[in-house]
Amino acid sequence: MIDVLAQVQIRERTGKGCVAENGFCPDWIADNLHKYWSPLLEHVWLTVISVAIGLVIAFVLALICHRQRWLTGVVGGFTGALYTVPSVAAFLLLLPVTGRGNNTAIIALTAYTLQILFVNIMGGLRNVPADAVDAARGMGMTDNQILRRVELPLALPEILAGLRIAFTTTVGLATLAFFAGAGGLGENIYSSAAGTGGRFFKSNVVVAGGLAILLAATFDLIVLTFQRFALPWRRAAAR
Amino acid sequence: MQETTDAQTPGPSARAEAAPLELREVTKVYPGQERPAVDHLSLEVPAGEICVLVGPSGCGKTTAMRMVNRLIEITSGDILIAGKSVNDFKPAELRREIGYAIQQIGLFPHWTIAQNISTVPRLLGWPKERVNERVNELLDLISLPREVAQRYPAQLSGGQRQRVGVARALAADPPLLLMDEPFGAIDPINRERLQNEFLRLQAEIRKTIVFVTHDIDEAIKVGDRIAVLKEGGHLAQYAPPAELLMAPADEFVEQFVGADRALKRLALQRVRDVDLVKVALIRPGEPVAEARAKCDDSDVDLAMLIDDEGRPQGWLSERAFTGERVRKELRSPAEPIIDLDDVLRDALGRLLAAESRYGPVVDARGRMAGVLSMDVISHSLQVPAEETRTGADLVADE
Repeated sequence: MIDVLAQVQIRERTGKGCVAENGFCPDWIADNLHKYWSPLLEHVWLTVISVAIGLVIAFVLALICHRQRWLTGVVGGFTGALYTVPSVAAFLLLLPVTGRGNNTAIIALTAYTLQILFVNIMGGLRNVPADAVDAARGMGMTDNQILRRVELPLALPEILAGLRIAFTTTVGLATLAFFAGAGGLGENIYSSAAGTGGRFFKSNVVVAGGLAILLAATFDLIVLTFQRFALPWRRAAAR
Repeated sequence: MQETTDAQTPGPSARAEAAPLELREVTKVYPGQERPAVDHLSLEVPAGEICVLVGPSGCGKTTAMRMVNRLIEITSGDILIAGKSVNDFKPAELRREIGYAIQQIGLFPHWTIAQNISTVPRLLGWPKERVNERVNELLDLISLPREVAQRYPAQLSGGQRQRVGVARALAADPPLLLMDEPFGAIDPINRERLQNEFLRLQAEIRKTIVFVTHDIDEAIKVGDRIAVLKEGGHLAQYAPPAELLMAPADEFVEQFVGADRALKRLALQRVRDVDLVKVALIRPGEPVAEARAKCDDSDVDLAMLIDDEGRPQGWLSERAFTGERVRKELRSPAEPIIDLDDVLRDALGRLLAAESRYGPVVDARGRMAGVLSMDVISHSLQVPAEETRTGADLVADE
């Protein structure tokens, strides 16, 4: 323990050596903190836009499948297939088609959210108690009224659970957006450009990785907070 | 049914007229099946009466009920509500005019009790104040405190939820109510209570009700008329409960109502409806001569000692009549004491439990009204069906 502390002190004194030795360098981090700001914002943007588009597409697909049950297998197979494409490969495969930049990253990230969101929305709709739907129909609700007033609100807990997984997964995958030239925290980790400390520079990996985890936790907290206020009946049931 | 809607407009308290219901040769054949689920079923339910559809599972009773509000479409035949075919309405609009309560209740867990109860009024676009007023009125009607309005279904007991289900079905004051085993998921004790509550409610609101159950006892208790269905959706018999028990149309009905159908009839008669045995009522200290005269005048050789209020104290023994004035020599206690409002089945149960042939019957104030004997009970079973009343009448009297 004392040895380690001594090493750290030595490295702190010789800041350059720490970077050159690919160590964890608090000084360097303090000096370069501003370099994380813009990748972090890019990362937030990539995540939010991809999950949002994914949610809209998954939602539309789920509603179609809810009315035409036989389509569920077809759509589920398609989103499932997208989900199994290795992530780095997806970015690289898209490059020749859509070119470097945000679009490529967003398309790939969106494709990954589809399976998670589609499965959860379908599961939520399927788990709506049959007797509630029967009562709703028996009391004279139209199909659309049943969907809006009964099925979707009751599916909301599962939809939000899917949203949380989608956010966490997308924050993680968005570190690879760098390969599509879309920036994000992956840039700090993978970039070998001058002044970045080099590829897989430990200080960078720790800070960028930490920020990504923090970001995922923040999204999770936002959804959870929304859930708390949007689902008072769930708390009533739990008491 | 248009008139019904108009009748509702004055306010939430306005009672819509119950509508008569008629099923004409109604048949349902599910796609891909050869045998019909319901086969040429014809029934008439007068306005304000409870028609129970009863039968074993697979007899088509629920299918028949669900065709009334077109949750299931009719293959052939017609259903008329107040003379109008259900096919003349849009399904959703038709259903808003018909109350609907099911065994699983189907309350919306994400809505408060107030929101649940006001489902149909809100679909019909009632103004807010009228909706709130109606919710309070219905909570009173089902004897739930108004505070529950803001709770969620998960915070209520099973019995309370069941009542909310009934209140929700009544919310828009529909002229016709469909109830599919509404008390099926309730334990026997609460079930009995809910049935009584339901019959008292019906005595007040007088709706036309189609009530589905597989339980013949429940059918006999709540039905003004009972339609016994057998497999394949054939109507085996359609009759008031007493007639069903007295004269089953065929072997199937006889078997379905059970070997104890005579006993079941006893549940349809009250002690006050039968001719009680007259016995001598003796006060302590009465001259023996007078007491003996009373004994000679009574139907059976029994003497009951009563107090100043006329309440039974016990059967007098022979030794009480020695000397000049009647002494308080009791032979046996005045047990079991039977209430004029007891149904005969319960009274019989009490006689059997007390191992007694005779039971003193008292009125609401506890005064002797006569004596019920085993003979009286067995005689009452020979009363013609038309003179027997229905379970609903009995509860309504209370």
